[in-house]
Amino acid sequence: MSQAPIYDLGVIGGGVVGSTLALLAQRGGLSTAILDRGPLCREASGVNAGTLTLQMTRVALIPHAMRAHAMWASARDWLGHDVGVVVCDGLSLAFTEREAALLEERAGKRRAAGAPITIISRDEALRVEPGISDKILMAGHCVVDGYANAYLTGQAFRAALVDAGVAVMENRGVSGLDRTDKGFVAQTAQGPVSFRRVVLAGGVWIEPMMAWLGVHLPIKVLVNQLSVTERIRPVMRTVVGIASGLLSLKQYPHGTVVIGGGWQGIGDRERGGVELVPERLVGNIRLACHAIPELAGARLARAWAGLEAETADALPAAGPIPGIPDAYVCGSIHSGYTSGPSIARSLADVILGREPDLPLFPIDRLMKAAPP
Amino acid sequence: MIRRADCLVLGAGPAGTEAALAAAEAGLDVVLIDEQADAGGQGWRAPLGSLTLPRKGADAEAGDRLRSRLAASGVDRRLGRRVWSVGGAFRLDAVGPDGAEAYEAPRLIAATGAHERVVPFPGWTLPGVIGLAGATVLLKAQAVLPGRRVVVAGAGPLLFAVAAGIVAKGGTVAAIVDMDGRLAWARRLPGLARRLDLLKEGLGWTWSILGARVPFLAGHGVRCATGRSEVEAVIVGPVDADGAPIAGPERRFACDALAVGHGLVPGGEVPKILRAAHLYDRLRGGFIPELDPYGRTTIENLYACGDGTGIRGARPSAAAGRLAGLAAAHDAGRLDAAAFTALAEPTLQVLSEYRPFADTVAGAMALRPAQVAAIDPATVVCRCEDVSRAEIDAAVDAGASDINQMKHFTRCGMGPCQGRMCGDVAAELVAQRRGVTRETVGYWTQRVPLRPVPFDTMIGSFDYADIPIPPPAPL
Ligand SMILES: Cc1cc2nc3c(=O)[nH]c(=O)nc-3n(C[C@H](O)[C@H](O)[C@H](O)COP(=O)(O)OP(=O)(O)OC[C@H]3O[C@@H](n4cnc5c(N)ncnc54)[C@H](O)[C@@H]3O)c2cc1C
Repeated sequence: MSQAPIYDLGVIGGGVVGSTLALLAQRGGLSTAILDRGPLCREASGVNAGTLTLQMTRVALIPHAMRAHAMWASARDWLGHDVGVVVCDGLSLAFTEREAALLEERAGKRRAAGAPITIISRDEALRVEPGISDKILMAGHCVVDGYANAYLTGQAFRAALVDAGVAVMENRGVSGLDRTDKGFVAQTAQGPVSFRRVVLAGGVWIEPMMAWLGVHLPIKVLVNQLSVTERIRPVMRTVVGIASGLLSLKQYPHGTVVIGGGWQGIGDRERGGVELVPERLVGNIRLACHAIPELAGARLARAWAGLEAETADALPAAGPIPGIPDAYVCGSIHSGYTSGPSIARSLADVILGREPDLPLFPIDRLMKAAPP
Repeated sequence: MIRRADCLVLGAGPAGTEAALAAAEAGLDVVLIDEQADAGGQGWRAPLGSLTLPRKGADAEAGDRLRSRLAASGVDRRLGRRVWSVGGAFRLDAVGPDGAEAYEAPRLIAATGAHERVVPFPGWTLPGVIGLAGATVLLKAQAVLPGRRVVVAGAGPLLFAVAAGIVAKGGTVAAIVDMDGRLAWARRLPGLARRLDLLKEGLGWTWSILGARVPFLAGHGVRCATGRSEVEAVIVGPVDADGAPIAGPERRFACDALAVGHGLVPGGEVPKILRAAHLYDRLRGGFIPELDPYGRTTIENLYACGDGTGIRGARPSAAAGRLAGLAAAHDAGRLDAAAFTALAEPTLQVLSEYRPFADTVAGAMALRPAQVAAIDPATVVCRCEDVSRAEIDAAVDAGASDINQMKHFTRCGMGPCQGRMCGDVAAELVAQRRGVTRETVGYWTQRVPLRPVPFDTMIGSFDYADIPIPPPAPL
């Protein structure tokens, strides 16, 4: 009987973050296994709105988001598979004086961080996007924007990982992680998997994963509602949001319009996105129809909720796990579908012994509190 | 704004109506909600309604009796409402004649019925091809013929009902093409014979059809429908007992419509959305909620009854509905144990008497795996999103291991019908390609809305200032 292999690297959690990491590590020369309790990219990374925008990105993440946007736009080159990425203009609308002030403040700070966002007038905005309501006062305009087809993420990454030679272990939930003198052993119902180094990339499940190693890292669970229309004739051609960030809207080439913005539904880490709150769904859709009036003629085809992770300061948890050599965490990235690949790339660089071009977000800052 | 009650019943077919009546008689404040303008069905409704066994006078009579009992009851009837959201424990959101409505109650009885299965064949998406259940609605509710010269094909009792309906309305049935051989019906007869009254109707239809000299091809299936812009002819050929095409002479029937159906699939959206436990039962048409004998699901205070819980037919559905209504009343403390047993016992008895008949009918309407296996690679399976069998197979080969992953790979099931039409066949294809069970492949994750709902009716008129926009995300 041949002995079970010991991988150089084990990635636990196969969302966009873990998948990018595993791919880059394997290509960098590490034999890598990726384990997910379900199929790849079927949690946040497969059910998100797919918006690749700087106008909803946290200021501290702008450099990553810019680099990741370029990665998404060139996915065919480095990933080798299509995720339906469309690069287009993005608008962030202001309907009230309050929103206008918010927009100017936020756009200014993002611009200072490197995002090419400008403030444009109502008329200019209507030229960029004839579909928007003429009730707007002004808009933030960014040429680095766009969207992907999130549900294609798993298919694309799975093929790329298999091609690269990563051991892809889907439907393989990890129930515990033991430290040995050789590294780590992940316990699964189908038997243990061993690796020298480990990355915990479990999205909202990073908190229970860290507990395997006796580390307490609180991760808040956001339950984001999304909805999609039936296919309709073209009503818009850009990514549209509002100043507060509570709307994200775009029409896919096949005609459906996806409406998001982080309106909260009901759910938790144990059960997932269980339920939508009808008033909030209606509120989100009202906002969308207010922004793009022609949308009111569409029909709601489907609505759902997915889980997004948030640390205490709403910045990522990405770096070594203090006190545990060879163990890393990566995730809890705000608008993490956009920036995830870039942050994963920086961590892959670190694991491969290279100096990353863009910084990580070490978690020491989040670990002041003692475990309960 | 919110109508609060003791018990909500969703679906006013035979199951839901009986459930509402039983619960209301026991003293619960019951609201019965349905999309249709009338309870009990225009005959037996489709595709939402229950198994259709259209029966000349008796049918209308049964519906009328149900409706007049309902009218005389204390049940609050909210018909013509399209429920789009179900959640909490329990809340329903609907759009009605006056806009948005909401209902809340600590108990919910789901009775949303079944929908038709059509196993795809070349040409099934041509205009002029219609489901048997759809044809029933046309014939019974609207008194419209699906065509002047109609081929009626598929499996199950709807076949004869539709053919008889066409003949009765003066249309021509070009042929009845039944996947079951004559032997299959003979083997089933003991089951059917236990319900002599229904059997007589079955024979009644057969006689009327024979009187009209309709070609009847037992043990045959549709090979393809052809036509330039709409169906012009149907080619049929022999099939075996599992639905696989076998060698033998093929025949061509010119027609201007094809009514075709291969049984019914339990809808059961509500228990799925609310995450009740389900099991796969091929005889009952697919995944059905796990129920106790009274219709209690694994979710507290959620009940389910009717064809949405497995294909049985209208009368057994009505009995199951009554049991669910009684159980809801009992669980709400309105019926003590003795009264509950006394009322439920005879209905349980009725249900078990129906069982052999129900099983027989369900058997004819169950999925035939060999028929699915024989689908041509180029044939479209998901007509909303134009996904062929070859694309589904390719997705499985590319690593899609369950039905939801396959959907992400292909868009199969993402269209307006949200996989209602193709789901059962698509899941069977994935299971067959992988060589695993249907349980392994699972079912579509069910989400709201229950049916597509127009934004303008959902959102009504509003001021921007009144939209409850949450606080801005962190910068
Ligand atoms: C509804 C919604 C809309 C969003 N819209 C956008 C948007 O438009 N733009 C944007 O940039 N971002 C968006 N986001 C955020 C973005 O989706 C996430 O930040 C990103 O996908 C997170 O990726 P991840 O890999 O960290 O986590 P995930 O994708 O959640 O991956 C974690 C993985 O860990 C696995 N796992 C968990 N426990 C175990 C275990 N015990 N063993 C093995 N595996 C395990 C899970 O199965 C899962 O696959 C949205 C999020 C949601 C929920």
